[in-house]
Amino acid sequence: MEITVTINGEPVTADVDPRLLLVHFVREVADLTGTHIGCDTTSCGVCTVLLDGTPVKSCTVLAVQANGRQVRTVEGLMQNGSLHVIQEAFKEKHGLQCGFCTPAMMLVTSELLERNPRPTEKDIRWAISGNLCRCTGYMNIVKAVQHAAETSQAGQNQEEAS
Amino acid sequence: MYPPRFEYASPSTLDEALSLLSGNGSDDGPVKVLSGGQSLIPLLKLRFASPSLLVDINRIPGLDRIEESGDHLRIGALVRHAALERSPLLAQRYPTMAAAAPLIADPLVRNLGTLAGSVAHADPAGDWGSVMLALGGEVVARSADGERVLPVADFFQGFYQTSLQPTEIVVEVRVPQPRGSFGGAYHKLERKVGDFATVGVATYLELEGGRISRAGIGLTAVGHQNLKATAAEQALVGNAPSGELFDEAARLAAEAAQPTANERGSVEYKRGVVRTYTRRGLDRCLQQAEGGS
Repeated sequence: MEITVTINGEPVTADVDPRLLLVHFVREVADLTGTHIGCDTTSCGVCTVLLDGTPVKSCTVLAVQANGRQVRTVEGLMQNGSLHVIQEAFKEKHGLQCGFCTPAMMLVTSELLERNPRPTEKDIRWAISGNLCRCTGYMNIVKAVQHAAETSQAGQNQEEAS
Repeated sequence: MYPPRFEYASPSTLDEALSLLSGNGSDDGPVKVLSGGQSLIPLLKLRFASPSLLVDINRIPGLDRIEESGDHLRIGALVRHAALERSPLLAQRYPTMAAAAPLIADPLVRNLGTLAGSVAHADPAGDWGSVMLALGGEVVARSADGERVLPVADFFQGFYQTSLQPTEIVVEVRVPQPRGSFGGAYHKLERKVGDFATVGVATYLELEGGRISRAGIGLTAVGHQNLKATAAEQALVGNAPSGELFDEAARLAAEAAQPTANERGSVEYKRGVVRTYTRRGLDRCLQQAEGGS
């Protein structure tokens, strides 16, 4: 079946078997390996991508379901060659240890901040509760999300002021 | 893990989907309906299901509504758990559902999984099944031949078994609108976010003239299907709420539970949790019905 999925703004067309999972489409067809495969059983959340802006586990979505839709992966966070404010925050607050869960954590963060620009610590922990960090570095992940919220807010205020 | 091979159709109308279902599969396997896919796709990957055709209903418009009409709250087949979690209508008028929605799976699964799909899947550890039993919910099943309305209490037929026919799609799940003063709760014990429930208890009370006019108690993960604690409900109805009455209902609910021992707990432990959660749930219901929050 021929499908076209727009990944990070670029349409990707391929003839796929209906059983192909979205995560394999992203990694093997579009060659974007920032999206990871962890448990492969809908538990760990490292395969998270944004499907029409909503975070989903791409190991539990068929590629054909994404036909004609927008997918955003971690590779789509960077803009004009500079790190996204969320990426800066994870770097600044050391919101990662091994880095395996980080792409998913950052994508979940981007949707959270879109919906709720000033999340409480509870909101943040709630939002990332579907994403496992086996290094259990949650403290710094939470701090990174808080920092991302503060810096995006500051950026917006600056834009409004100018 | 790859699912087994299957054909895939993504109809844009319900009639088209129903006509695909009326073919009722081939020698290669049955036809399955794909809504949120958060139970079906894992089952395919584990090769517990091998359909010949998947009918993806996600592109059919009009199935994603949460609305009150007639005597019911109607939840369309494509309403996601996340939409229910964020629904102001549920927060205001359907407290048992509002309490359960955020406890289902994890936020990522809630973004795709649907209430109707969860009920149709009939996992004994599913949360919506017990909520629907407590609220007196009904399943609206449509086939090319017409529509059937099935009380959820009759819909569940055992471990992952329902009375849904292979040619039918659950197009809507509905619950009666509340009357009088009401309160509801859902308590769930889980080892971590996203784990199956060790035990869950859905409770609902309506009060009129100081007496309980309606009572609902549904149990999660303590039997081969979601269980309705009928004896406990009957003990409550017609009586004025009191601590003794709630203790008795909690005892009867624990008696109705048929748990099995596993890594999540022993039989006695799970019965104890049912009793405690039923009692807590009823207290919470009463508190809400009396105007507390």
